[in-house]
Amino acid sequence: MQNAISISRLSKEYDTGFKALKGIDLDIRRGEILALLGPNGAGKTTLISIICGIVNPTSGTVTVEGHDIIKDFRAARELIGLVPQELHTDAFESVWATVSYSRGLFGKKPDPALVEKVLKDLSLYDKKDSQILALSGGMKRRVMIAKALAHEPKILFLDEPTAGVDVELRKDMWQLVRGLRENGVTIILTTHYIEEAEEIADRVGVINKGELLLVDDKNELMRKLGKKELTLDLNEALDGLPDTLARYELGIEDGGQRLVYRYDTQAERTGIGSLLADLNRAGVTVKDINTEQSSLEEIFVRLVEESR
Amino acid sequence: MNFEAVKAIYFFEMARMKRTILQSVVSPVLSTSLYFIVFGAAIGSRIEEIDGVQYGAFIVPGLMMLTLLQNSISNASFGIYFPKFTGTIYEVLSAPLSFLEIVLGYVGAAATKSLILGLIILATAHLFVPIEIRHPFWMVFFLVLTAVTFSLFGFIIGIWADNFEKLQLIPLLVVTPLVFLGGSFYSIEMLPEFWQKVTLANPVLYLISGFRWSFYETADVSVSVSIAMIAFFLALCLGLVWWIFKTGYRLKA
Repeated sequence: MQNAISISRLSKEYDTGFKALKGIDLDIRRGEILALLGPNGAGKTTLISIICGIVNPTSGTVTVEGHDIIKDFRAARELIGLVPQELHTDAFESVWATVSYSRGLFGKKPDPALVEKVLKDLSLYDKKDSQILALSGGMKRRVMIAKALAHEPKILFLDEPTAGVDVELRKDMWQLVRGLRENGVTIILTTHYIEEAEEIADRVGVINKGELLLVDDKNELMRKLGKKELTLDLNEALDGLPDTLARYELGIEDGGQRLVYRYDTQAERTGIGSLLADLNRAGVTVKDINTEQSSLEEIFVRLVEESR
Repeated sequence: MNFEAVKAIYFFEMARMKRTILQSVVSPVLSTSLYFIVFGAAIGSRIEEIDGVQYGAFIVPGLMMLTLLQNSISNASFGIYFPKFTGTIYEVLSAPLSFLEIVLGYVGAAATKSLILGLIILATAHLFVPIEIRHPFWMVFFLVLTAVTFSLFGFIIGIWADNFEKLQLIPLLVVTPLVFLGGSFYSIEMLPEFWQKVTLANPVLYLISGFRWSFYETADVSVSVSIAMIAFFLALCLGLVWWIFKTGYRLKA
């Protein structure tokens, strides 16, 4: 698969001396949904701003479908739509005027039918003549998305798209994002809500302090870093563990009523079979069994902590 | 060349003028009319002719220049400052636009607005005093070049300003005094010799003098010097704008 965006050794140091990005290497595949996870101030927005031409890089290169973002900025930027994190709107303009303006800025001839479709997709059409300042926050967010889609971009950046957004809009947005992907649009979104990445992304990248800690297929990532927990509810509480069970490093909870076994799903032997056999041999009877996979959130927290 | 984008910015800006027609058009026309009533009719009738031109008519080119300068600067500075202030500038920066195209859109719209305004003032003045334009070509030449140059200057101020106070600072504290002392309302021959020499250091004098010459063939300084001066300002502003975009000054981190 060819890359939509290739980022190589990208660094950014602001005039204040703050190093926002430290040598990022990242390939974004055509047609995927990539979620960039990271705490506030990790460098997510700086990364997006450089690719979109709002911030100058200090060093490194970025190409968009093979076009260098500086030498060949026109070809690169034409392909990109950006929905920034903050709600920057022309308060006094009408929805229709501001969305049409965005299309013009990207060099596309006016196309009222397309603008109408974009507005309808975002449930904005009945507000098309309203002044933006009269709209609610959620509606303004929709306007920002409509502006970004007005020139039919091949790559869409959503910077913290669900910050301050209600459940309904969030649902609409994910539906829209999936629809766009079906049409071949590459989508990069940043978030610090892990559930979002877990719900929608194909791949997940984790950024902290200007460094890309990892980027991997979401399921792969969860499998690789995911530990599973086996919980055993016992019929009778145990006072202590028999010596034969020591090697499993079991956790005892609920006053001896529950045993917790952590194992690696990737290991050749998970040890579950022998654990159950040893329990049986020790005369411990099990009432119920439950397994749970650690979430992306736990993986993320662990990664960020390790990088401190 | 991304013509669609230049068009988009241009008409977006012009639409803003339409929306704020009271502030953009009515208010300058009203204040100019007041100048005519006070200086033209009330006081002007007691002032003798200057170089064979009735005083009320004599001040018309100066008043047009006053409006042109002030409005070019305020239109263009506000036009680029406002998106910076609201944050919508992100879109212009992320669009496939060269800096030349951004300038063409914003400065073109600002210059058009002040040109329209200048012509409205000329028409208004025509109601009060008899006006003749001996050199229409040069009149338009000075009008257009001044509008463009000072719109560029306004654009620079709008980029430089990082708060509303700075936005007003230069127009209020520098440009307005220069225009008033640059011979809008008088010929510098009326001044004592020392102040005449001081006034020669005021760049606005050359604009007003050249512009007035295109009306009445009366000038404080030679026309060629006036033309050279406006060309020099234009080059200076173009150079500054070029530098701003080359370095990303106050636009890009």
